[in-house]
Amino acid sequence: MGKKIEKVMLDLITYLLLSLGAVIMVVPFLWMVATSFKQPADQFTMTLIPNPITLDNYRSLFSVDLNFPLMFMNSTVISLLVTVGQLLTCSMAAFCFAVVKFKGRDILFAALLATLLIPFHVTLIPNFIIFRFLGLTGTSVPIWLPAFWGGAFGTFLIRQYFLTIPRDLVDAARVDGASLLQIFWRVYLPLAKPALAALGIFTFQGAWNDLLHPLIYMPAAPNTTLTVGLAFFQQQMVLGGKFTVLMAGAFVSILPLLLVFFFAQRYFIQGIALTGVKR
Amino acid sequence: MESGIRPLGREKIWLWILLAPTLFGLVFSAFGALLATLGLSFTEWDLFTPPKWVGLNNYIMLFTDKRFLRALTNTAQFAALYVPGVVIISLFVAVLMNRSIRGISLYRTMYYLPVVTSAVATALVWNLIYGKDTGVLNYILKQFGLQPVCWLCTDRAMLSVVIVNIWGAIGEGMIIFLAGLTAIPREYYEASEMDGANRFQQFFRITLPLITPSIFFQTLISTINAFQAFDYIYMLTRRGQGDSSIPVVVFSIYRNAWHFNKYGVASAQAIELTLIVAALMVIYLWAEKRFVVYE
Repeated sequence: MGKKIEKVMLDLITYLLLSLGAVIMVVPFLWMVATSFKQPADQFTMTLIPNPITLDNYRSLFSVDLNFPLMFMNSTVISLLVTVGQLLTCSMAAFCFAVVKFKGRDILFAALLATLLIPFHVTLIPNFIIFRFLGLTGTSVPIWLPAFWGGAFGTFLIRQYFLTIPRDLVDAARVDGASLLQIFWRVYLPLAKPALAALGIFTFQGAWNDLLHPLIYMPAAPNTTLTVGLAFFQQQMVLGGKFTVLMAGAFVSILPLLLVFFFAQRYFIQGIALTGVKR
Repeated sequence: MESGIRPLGREKIWLWILLAPTLFGLVFSAFGALLATLGLSFTEWDLFTPPKWVGLNNYIMLFTDKRFLRALTNTAQFAALYVPGVVIISLFVAVLMNRSIRGISLYRTMYYLPVVTSAVATALVWNLIYGKDTGVLNYILKQFGLQPVCWLCTDRAMLSVVIVNIWGAIGEGMIIFLAGLTAIPREYYEASEMDGANRFQQFFRITLPLITPSIFFQTLISTINAFQAFDYIYMLTRRGQGDSSIPVVVFSIYRNAWHFNKYGVASAQAIELTLIVAALMVIYLWAEKRFVVYE
């Protein structure tokens, strides 16, 4: 009997503490949505339910002078290119490291993993200088092109998954006369879908939310990404007293990832649980 | 994994084609760029005029430059608040979530939201929450009869920014710790219960020692993140001319390179940041050998 009461009490305390924390985690998002439906005159009213509810902020967000759609497009294109580049080149390298036997494989893989210890800020300046002399600053190329030369995190993640695929499959394919490339494309890639999904979502998320790279390479509105654009709007609209439009922009900018997150939550969690965190 | 298939004949070409992008990135983008930054750190270069060799000048300047020293102390202060904050709070949340009760996945979703969404978008709301006259937080304080606070003024900005950064990182830490917690065998708890151990004894004698690998990993990741923190700081504390009310080292690098065209100085700062992080990693790995329990 005493045990049961103790369990109920502990459950109650757990729910209470978790709910309290959850409020702190979620309220900023609720406030963002609420403010985005308020009239500019009501922007600082302390209520979660706007009165009256207006869609004007979203309308002005997509009006011509803000160029919000252009930024949305830029973010979409860049993030998709980065994701494609990483999935392709990381799985290519991962296949070699996991399946193929060749001279220097282990040393090469160790060198690749060592790059995880190099903070990316230390490579930022030379990369910028090169892209500048190539005349590519101000375009999106320097942001997505590096995704096409692989990366330690993605390669490691896919390689770990490739290693779990039974070797018998390769031997069987080899007996049937399959080439290296066919084994990679026909056997390994289709089987690695869960790992590819996890890496894809993780990469897309990182690219979509990236601030520093677009800030360096496409610093000027309107031709920039959502993150830099919102930072730019912040300066404009706080002065202009239009927090409501700003919140509408913030909400639209997080909406795609929120949708992906709700439908594919396990891939987000897997990406972290598999190998830890990349930043 | 010693075995593997050997490329046959012409397949060798395909092997190197599959590896080519990674090799290129490894040589040019990673190690090459690291060496290039090191080289640049001995020069004075604005990209308009030819670079000038200045030897160790940039490094000597770092020790006398008041702004950079302030950036260093800010970064250290940020890390000292952020790292224990993230580790302790996310461990606490994970322990609560590790109980078998209903609705956990909903809580997990809510705690993970800030990790998914961009720091830029959420920082915009935090600006509204932290507002001095019109902010939500001060409104709540006033309801309790307390004085409103200037959350983002220089003397308090550090704490306010650290809070937002922790808020944004709890979800990640929670997942790491949950993975560690679920790996602890149930029998340990059942056996200790037989011996009459209470919940606190169970936590400190079983959970905590067995979860040291996760704590170590999360501390390592949080430290790296702390020394690279930029987004929230940029969004919450930036001023004109690329300045900030609490400049950290990354901010200083960004400002010197992309606002003042001082690529040599910025490179020296980037190298120093790398050395500091590397030194911390060495200390951590030493601590891992001494304190972390692997089964």
